[in-house]
Amino acid sequence: MQEKKGIIAAGLVIGILAVVLVQFGNPANMGICIACFLRDTVGGLGLHRAEVVQYIRPEIMGIVLGAFLMAKGKREYQGRGGSAPFTRFVLGMFVMIGALMFLGCPLRMVLRLGGGDLNALFGLVGFAVGILVGIQFLNRGFTLKRTYRMPAFEGYLFPALNLVLLILLVVAPSFIFFSSKPPGASHAPVLLSLVAGLIVGLLAQRTRLCMVGGIRDAVMFKDWYLLSGFIAILVAVLIGNLILGKFNLGFSGQPVAHTDGLWNFLGMALAGWGSVLLGGCPLRQLILAGEGNGDSVITVLGLAAGAAIAHNFGLASSAAGPTLNGRIAVVIGFVVVFLIAFFNRERSSDFGIKGGVNIDLSGDRR
Amino acid sequence: MIYPVIDARGRSCPEPVILTKKALENNPEGIVVLVDNKTAHENVSRFARNAGYQVRLEQEGPDFRLTLAK
Repeated sequence: MQEKKGIIAAGLVIGILAVVLVQFGNPANMGICIACFLRDTVGGLGLHRAEVVQYIRPEIMGIVLGAFLMAKGKREYQGRGGSAPFTRFVLGMFVMIGALMFLGCPLRMVLRLGGGDLNALFGLVGFAVGILVGIQFLNRGFTLKRTYRMPAFEGYLFPALNLVLLILLVVAPSFIFFSSKPPGASHAPVLLSLVAGLIVGLLAQRTRLCMVGGIRDAVMFKDWYLLSGFIAILVAVLIGNLILGKFNLGFSGQPVAHTDGLWNFLGMALAGWGSVLLGGCPLRQLILAGEGNGDSVITVLGLAAGAAIAHNFGLASSAAGPTLNGRIAVVIGFVVVFLIAFFNRERSSDFGIKGGVNIDLSGDRR
Repeated sequence: MIYPVIDARGRSCPEPVILTKKALENNPEGIVVLVDNKTAHENVSRFARNAGYQVRLEQEGPDFRLTLAK
């Protein structure tokens, strides 16, 4: 319990921030959503032209920069990368396509549950099933192989890119798109969003908060550490929404959501399976990207590309429900993720054990 | 006591924990695990303590050497 205090406190703060952001203008049940906000940001850059979801979301930049600062301060920052980058990119793409079928990343799924949106229950069950399927492959030796040390500069580029995005948001040159209708037009003041993002980034870096990791570790190792953060977010959001009168229990009429249970389930199953193979949910990928992890940067770019594809090709759901194209894309996603999971297994004899303890480590590190 | 050494450097989570778990099943008296980042160090240590092992940490340059023993 002692070691869980930190992550529970972090989860409570993040849940409160999510409610506050909605109170100050973010879309309902969308105080913080990594999938939605990457999608909006990609739209703001004009990489897709869905007019209602275009806005450079400063929460994303805050999270990345918060993680960067915390990692720097704690001497955990390290340029690294080289672990199956393009495979991670493709997984990121399909995690996003699954999330936009459901309409939210795993974090928003928790926020939707805390707002009384029962459609998110189908998402949650799908998410858990996707993780369980992924665990079967992890237990059979799935790996994207090791990462390597990279120049520190490699790791600085992504936080720097986020600074550039912030500048573009504030300067608002004419080539940046801003939705005039919700949900893209619904947003809290820039400074509040940025500061909230920074706090989320600092806390999530410190505690390693991860939605996918929560269920994965509980199932694989009976380790409830990460899951307790997930539950703390849910509790804080639930209480916050009840206090503010924003709790609305039911299936129909939920904000930025649809009622197709099967596809809510399948979308999050795809997102869960893909994320467990990636080693973390979209939030965790953003945090790692801020810590200098180039593999996570590639994953975030994959998520961004997935968002652009989802809106350019009409794959993303809307309040009206899923699209035919979206259903086809999710099915293709399952096939691709299966192939990635199947063909990246190592036999246990291939890795790990290096013999006795007396090996000379000094020669090992070059 | 000679413990087998598990090299989990460069592996991202949860792989170091999976390698640790499998290695402890085969070597219940103890193992040495090498990891190269703080998260893996925390996760392997937490798993080992939950499984009833004592964890001794040595920092070796940028790497962590965790000795897990009963």
